[in-house]
Amino acid sequence: MSVKDKVWLWFHRMASPAYFYNLAGQLLPWSIVATTTLMLIGLIGGLVFAPADYQQGDGFRIIYVHVPSAWMSMFVYMVMAVNSAIFLIWHIKLSDIVARSSAVIGASFTFLALITGSIWGKPMWGTWWVWDARLTSELLLLFLYLGYIGLRSAIDDRRVAGKAGSILALVGAINIPIIHYSVVWWNTLHQSASVSKFDNPSIELNMLIPLLSMALAFKLFYLCILLINSRSELLEQEKRSQWVKELVTSS
Amino acid sequence: MTHSNPFVAMLFRDLRIAFRQRAEIMLPVIFFVVVVSLFPLAISPDPTVLKSIGPGVIWIAALLSILLSLQSLFRSDFNDGSMEQILLSPFPGSLLMLARIIAQWCVTGLPLIIISPLLGLLLHLDAHVIWVLFISLLLGVPYLNMVGAIGVALTIGLRQAGALLSLLVLPLYVPVLIFGSNAVISAANHLPYNGQLLWLAALLVIATTLSPFVISSALRVSCSYR
Repeated sequence: MSVKDKVWLWFHRMASPAYFYNLAGQLLPWSIVATTTLMLIGLIGGLVFAPADYQQGDGFRIIYVHVPSAWMSMFVYMVMAVNSAIFLIWHIKLSDIVARSSAVIGASFTFLALITGSIWGKPMWGTWWVWDARLTSELLLLFLYLGYIGLRSAIDDRRVAGKAGSILALVGAINIPIIHYSVVWWNTLHQSASVSKFDNPSIELNMLIPLLSMALAFKLFYLCILLINSRSELLEQEKRSQWVKELVTSS
Repeated sequence: MTHSNPFVAMLFRDLRIAFRQRAEIMLPVIFFVVVVSLFPLAISPDPTVLKSIGPGVIWIAALLSILLSLQSLFRSDFNDGSMEQILLSPFPGSLLMLARIIAQWCVTGLPLIIISPLLGLLLHLDAHVIWVLFISLLLGVPYLNMVGAIGVALTIGLRQAGALLSLLVLPLYVPVLIFGSNAVISAANHLPYNGQLLWLAALLVIATTLSPFVISSALRVSCSYR
């Protein structure tokens, strides 16, 4: 069997609800354990062992929530757009479930990034909000997520909601880079760039390791939520199929 | 209908329907003028203030009045079932929808662009600034029509289409708003504005090539819902 055939076989297997349901059930405990471990390492390392910043003191420690959630906000939209494309092209229901579950999680991460950024900005910049390029494009990203969630919840028929949502997610994916760079350009024209905390790449290793650990923990947390959500969605969607009946009667 | 080309036939059909309901054509333009004339009342009649906020005010008012006029874009065809016939016809739905959007732009976008120099005068903009405003609206407003039509195609037939439409469409309008109003502001400050206008043109080309396909597939989804 060639590599290409193997990839297609994997693709078809993943598209089978029963197979995915079991696989997700097996993966879930492992990912919960890994999430908790990494989050503990990140939190303890970040809040206890990392040295205080020479300028910001202990205030910088919010970075361990803020930066991973900002990274996740972009990453989740990307996952959503890729799954929307898969759903539109191959009509794989699982991709639609992933896209729909991702939207709420992505919106939450975006909101968290905005809130923590605001809390961080108050002592450091002296205001709750500046019309900085990053903040503004993050806010617009939140609007895109809310639009997607709003459209999906306005349509009762699940299949139609999936298709309409997928089209919107792809339109958004094309527009995100345009929006982002137009906002960056607008910002550099309007006001001098705010002092960026990450321009200096030489971040101390004691600070960096907890940050990377937290970033990984956030990704795995997303995976956990995704697995739990898609399992319950699959059960509801396939409630008339044979394998769900067997599952219910056997338990 | 004597036109053999379905694109032209669609364009003329839509224009004819629109011109028979003249009051409906005028409403977005009147809305545009009224919104702009509220700003001096709310902020300040001082010419220096008006000069600095003018470009942004006119751009936002144009954007809102296009948003307002979008609601009726596909509604009558959708309600009486013509939309299914258009999509089922052997001609590519995307081209027919492009004709529809061009017709819509002729009756809502174009009057708004034509009247914009007058509003520039009301807000004390200089003559060369008004000229840049005119060009930026000419390049930007069709983009608003095209991208807005995607939102309409997705939300048509839904109960609270209006509020949802603005949530879907307004974030996508941000680049055009930035480049459009910035071109005018740069012109007012005697800075080069070619870059912004070229960006607007580039966005218009992208929207014209891609959005008809998105619109026709979104309309297929919406029609399957009924």
